[in-house]
Amino acid sequence: MFGLLALDELIAARYQMALSLGFHIVLSCFGVAFPSMIYVVHRRGLTRGDEAALTLARKWSKVAAVLFAVGAVSGTILSFEMGLLWPGMMETFGDVIGIPFALEGIAFFVEAVFIGIYLFGWDRLPPKVHLRTLIPIIASGLFGTFCILAVNSWMNAPSGFRLTRDASGTLRATDVDPLAAIFNGALWPQFVHMFVATYLVTGFLAAAVYAVGIVRGRRDHAHRLGFVVPFAFATVAALVQPVIGHVAGMRLATDQPSKLAAMELAVETETNAPFIIGGVLIDGEVRGGIEIPGLGSLLTRASTDRAVPGLEEFPVEDRPPANVVHWSFQTMVASGFAMIAIALSFWWKRRRSDPFESVWLMRAAVVAGGLSLVALEAGWITTEVGRQPWIVYGVMRVDEAVTDNSGIWISLAAIVVIYTAMGVAAAKVLRSMARRWRESDVVDLPTPYGPPAPKPLGANPAPDRTSPNPTSEVLS
Amino acid sequence: MSLTDVVAVLLFVGVVAYAVFGGADFGSGVWDLLAGGDEAGGTLRAQIDRSIGPVWEANHVWLIYILVFMWTAFPTAFSALMSTLFVPWLLAGFGIVLRGATFAFRKFSATLGEARLYGVLFASSSLITPFFLGMIAGAVASGRVPAEGYGDVWTSWTGPTSWLGGTLAVLTCTFLAGTFLAADFARAGHDDMAATMGHRALVAGAITGAVALAAVLVLEFDAESLASGLHGRGAALIAMSAAAGLFSLWRLRAGRWARARVGAVVAVAAIVIGWGVGQYPDLLVDEMTIADAAGARSTLIGLIIVFGLASVTAVPALMWLFWLVHQTEWSSEEPTAEQASRAIRGGEARPPA
Repeated sequence: MFGLLALDELIAARYQMALSLGFHIVLSCFGVAFPSMIYVVHRRGLTRGDEAALTLARKWSKVAAVLFAVGAVSGTILSFEMGLLWPGMMETFGDVIGIPFALEGIAFFVEAVFIGIYLFGWDRLPPKVHLRTLIPIIASGLFGTFCILAVNSWMNAPSGFRLTRDASGTLRATDVDPLAAIFNGALWPQFVHMFVATYLVTGFLAAAVYAVGIVRGRRDHAHRLGFVVPFAFATVAALVQPVIGHVAGMRLATDQPSKLAAMELAVETETNAPFIIGGVLIDGEVRGGIEIPGLGSLLTRASTDRAVPGLEEFPVEDRPPANVVHWSFQTMVASGFAMIAIALSFWWKRRRSDPFESVWLMRAAVVAGGLSLVALEAGWITTEVGRQPWIVYGVMRVDEAVTDNSGIWISLAAIVVIYTAMGVAAAKVLRSMARRWRESDVVDLPTPYGPPAPKPLGANPAPDRTSPNPTSEVLS
Repeated sequence: MSLTDVVAVLLFVGVVAYAVFGGADFGSGVWDLLAGGDEAGGTLRAQIDRSIGPVWEANHVWLIYILVFMWTAFPTAFSALMSTLFVPWLLAGFGIVLRGATFAFRKFSATLGEARLYGVLFASSSLITPFFLGMIAGAVASGRVPAEGYGDVWTSWTGPTSWLGGTLAVLTCTFLAGTFLAADFARAGHDDMAATMGHRALVAGAITGAVALAAVLVLEFDAESLASGLHGRGAALIAMSAAAGLFSLWRLRAGRWARARVGAVVAVAAIVIGWGVGQYPDLLVDEMTIADAAGARSTLIGLIIVFGLASVTAVPALMWLFWLVHQTEWSSEEPTAEQASRAIRGGEARPPA
């Protein structure tokens, strides 16, 4: 027990990576999916002359400015950590998995450029052009997700190289085929699963914010719109997600049997394997839990005649921590179905009456927002912890990849402090923005660079020479 | 030119771009730090927000570009660089996180107190980050990163060349940003602020030039391989950097901000390219050549293809962004009613001169 508290360097490195990624994954969901939701609302504002929608899009773009900034910097530090924490992996496999990272760089460039243009383009670009600058952001979010998941899926199902040991015993990848590495067996299900998750998380979280406002009695058009658009995206995502997740899971029996064994809490390899709900593995035995006979085989192998691999197939040192993987997996699945139930009850209710009048429904929508986060993190824990002790499944262990530097726990402590402060500050800033928007009709939030009521900064220093009659009414 | 050399050049394109664009970005933060109290510094801080607000994220993608090119094309060198220079990389990373986040937070601060807190964090991390990145460059340039990695965790990056690299990095960023901000103020119609900023940039430029001269001495005894490269192949670039720097100072004196800025950009780009040329063919000076560090051939070809893709996607996008931010609407404060109405009428994006 104290061994764990003493935090050996490997554990510290894993916690640091887990924290950095666990933080970034939430923001990257917004980076990928939020622009689509802004697009829908912004477009509605323009095409239907819906002023409330246009205002909402303006506010969302300001929220996006904060979230994308934190997302960008927390993503940058990940590329540092790839080398700082896992130099062994990068040295051997940097050139195997580098191409998707480089492609992701393009996506990040395009995204960053058009985010800058969109955020500052309000009232500066012609409205139609301005709206369209969201499209490259949406496209690069899709492509960037593909690239990152190409790398992550490769870690689960490595391909595109031959492994040799050189004279000094160091692992070397030869015969590198970057395309084969990108299009590894796990790519498509993992990519689609994560891409859909970005819409699910962003949709339910954004809707939850408006659901809170609606519960508190703010049932205006803007709140309804702010709820319905993200919620609709999230509903579609929630409905297709189990299907995609199932396809991804079916691959595990061949790609990553030890992960499947841990998820299923399967000790012995057996046909007609049960599906165990709950339960804990103690001293090699499953305690508690509800066993549904045959369902495990049916779900993961599509037939009760096929065997689900058990942990006993693997040497003890090659087994992932089964309880963590099993529970996080089941938490994800349970959250997923709960979100489906909440989503469907909203749309069902909407057929007959005003769903926004229903306080319990709106509260449930708030819960769905929280559940989406739970599902995201739990799913990510499932795939990452489920791959342990490997960093590249079956090829390289985390202890071969980790840095030999000592004192990683210091950098872990620093990351904990910085990320906690950054998370709290981001939440405070967003809440204060929401409060100021509630208190006044003005969307703009002028920055207090100086003491109150100084020489007005807003006084336009460059008198406009082109128009004698500024038409100020269009701004209002 | 071999395939590995081509890829090394592409990697270095990123280094130069980051030095110029990221540099101007960091330097703006340094000016934010020096802007003075709330009352005195308000106008400058507002201009800094406007100047780098739309471009800072794009400017920092160059760093990701460098890291990704490094680990993809030269994985062993990347690993050596990261394992040896663990501390300065980590500190630079923290700086980047703090800087970007607090920059965004300040923009939406509700009170002056919050804006001050985030402003101080933003500005000081703008100073710290390029300093550590410069120290990293100094460690590489003085041959302190061993090929097999895990060089001394402290002394590898605390030699004279590293201190010099850090100092020069901060100074060049500051000088660059000074010329950028002077030009931005002028475009926004703040001629008095442009003059103030131009004067400050002149001072920063003079200091930068003096330190760069002193640098020659330090390199002679602390980074001999690089120094000898600079005597030969790199000499022309160093001369070019000096000339461009002097041109920039001369134009600053004359109040020609836009030209001063061109001079500053050329000066910084030339000295960075000079560094690269000076240490060629080493990737890690005295330790590992570009050819030795290169990864799989198929991947190097892949990187060139990716670069080709970037030049038809990301590059035009970047050029549009930079063109836009040089338009009057994007330099001034919130758009004027007239601008907004023109935008809403959807007539034309191009403003009348």
